[in-house]
Amino acid sequence: MCPEPRENDSTRFDRLPATAEERVVEGRPTREEVLDWWDDRFGVPPATFENHTFWEHGAGKIWAFAGDVASPVAIEGLGLTFLRTRREHWKPTLEAVQRFGGAAEDCVIHVSREEAATFVAGDDQELDWDGDWGYLIVTTDIAGEPEPVGVGLYVHGELRSQVPKGRRRDL
Amino acid sequence: MDVLERYEPLIDDFDAFLAACERPLPSVVRVNTLKTTVERARAAMDEADIAYEPCEWHDGLFALPEDQPGTNWPYVLGWLHGQEEVSAVPAEVLDPQPGERVWDACAAPGSKTTQLAALMDDTGLLVATDNNLGRISALRSNAERGGVTNVAVTHEDARNHSLKPFRGPDSEEGREGAPYDRALVDVPCSCEGTIRKNPDALEDWNLDHVDGISGVQKGVLRRAVQTTREGGTVVYSTCTFAPEENEAVLDYALAEEDCELVEFDLPLDHALGITEWDGETYDESVRRAKRIYPHHNDTGGFFCAKLEVTA
Ligand SMILES: C[S@@+](CC[C@H](N)C(=O)[O-])C[C@H]1O[C@@H](n2cnc3c(N)ncnc32)[C@H](O)[C@@H]1O
Repeated sequence: MCPEPRENDSTRFDRLPATAEERVVEGRPTREEVLDWWDDRFGVPPATFENHTFWEHGAGKIWAFAGDVASPVAIEGLGLTFLRTRREHWKPTLEAVQRFGGAAEDCVIHVSREEAATFVAGDDQELDWDGDWGYLIVTTDIAGEPEPVGVGLYVHGELRSQVPKGRRRDL
Repeated sequence: MDVLERYEPLIDDFDAFLAACERPLPSVVRVNTLKTTVERARAAMDEADIAYEPCEWHDGLFALPEDQPGTNWPYVLGWLHGQEEVSAVPAEVLDPQPGERVWDACAAPGSKTTQLAALMDDTGLLVATDNNLGRISALRSNAERGGVTNVAVTHEDARNHSLKPFRGPDSEEGREGAPYDRALVDVPCSCEGTIRKNPDALEDWNLDHVDGISGVQKGVLRRAVQTTREGGTVVYSTCTFAPEENEAVLDYALAEEDCELVEFDLPLDHALGITEWDGETYDESVRRAKRIYPHHNDTGGFFCAKLEVTA
């Protein structure tokens, strides 16, 4: 076995260590931290991810994969882009929120269809929200039920759309 | 349409065939059941005033007679994927099960990859390979929009596909991953069957190209049989009518690898594989393959065969 490099290597996927004791690469988040974060921030229970493994690909870019293979693995993609870490505030991806955000109970801002359209177009808007500032899951009613649409950044009375360019639409 | 004249001896109602080839194709969407249910997708299309007609043979496929663009709520949420009706056939024939290991050998841009992931309930391992990086990025973005988490994407020539990246978590380095339970071989081809969607499809057609591409098709099909376990299933599909790229490729794989063609049901009108073409004869069992002509079901053209690996 070749020794694990101590720095992150962006040409491959490295499985996150289970806990801090197992951490080799400095700054790499642990599986435990990722599960705790979803639970603390959004109230998404850790059991939601019990069948997924988490991988770092490029500093702080975490992917969620439904299976498990030997780490590291040098391929083009492994599951779904999931979370950005290694900044002060962790940020979930739109894909993760659309796929898993239905289980969230906290930091979810439910908006009207028009407000959701503004959000999907990539535009910022003033909205009332009396919860925490920071990254929120944005939901709107589709066919009579709330559906997670993406991630917004709430600061200073404003919901800033974080919809990536390629996913923006004028509805 | 001169190219199509060569198929006159194969096709019963050749005038109907030619007429169908000249009609444009309605756009069709498939519901992504990883993110929603067929009922909710229908409700969302109703709410967005999108006219749709169910395709009879598949309860998640809808034709959009008014040709709606992808700018509406169900698309934004990744609930719908635009996919030609016949292109939904091979994944259904492969019939992957939750928890299995499956290889999608020529996967980009990922219409069938996302369909396979949904059939697998997004569990097990779905390896999606392509040799074109630009098309891999389209595959990646379709898989992301679809919310797929069981896919591993590789950039390589499928003829030399390696199982090494997919060894088990605690296995020794250098070991190979376990063979696949199933593989889909949806090869590059001369695309004659897409003429309704792309009227220029036949402009660059020539027999040298057909012969060249059939070499790739043979190589990929062989590798799929080699990397699939005994008793496992391989589905071979193209969107062309050319026997050089269809039955001839199957005939080659039957001779070179341990596999056999098996019967399967297809709830769409179709013709059988042919055993004679241009002075060549093929193994009798290639009749078990299915040819879908555009006039059969008012779709694009397609070819699909199901093989079982025998050793
Ligand atoms: C018919 S398309 C596949 C369509 C895809 N299965 C879908 O449903 O979206 C054929 C693909 O094969 C790829 N390809 C061509 N030669 C290849 C090779 N030798 N190895 C792997 N992929 C190859 C092309 O880049 C192209 O994306």
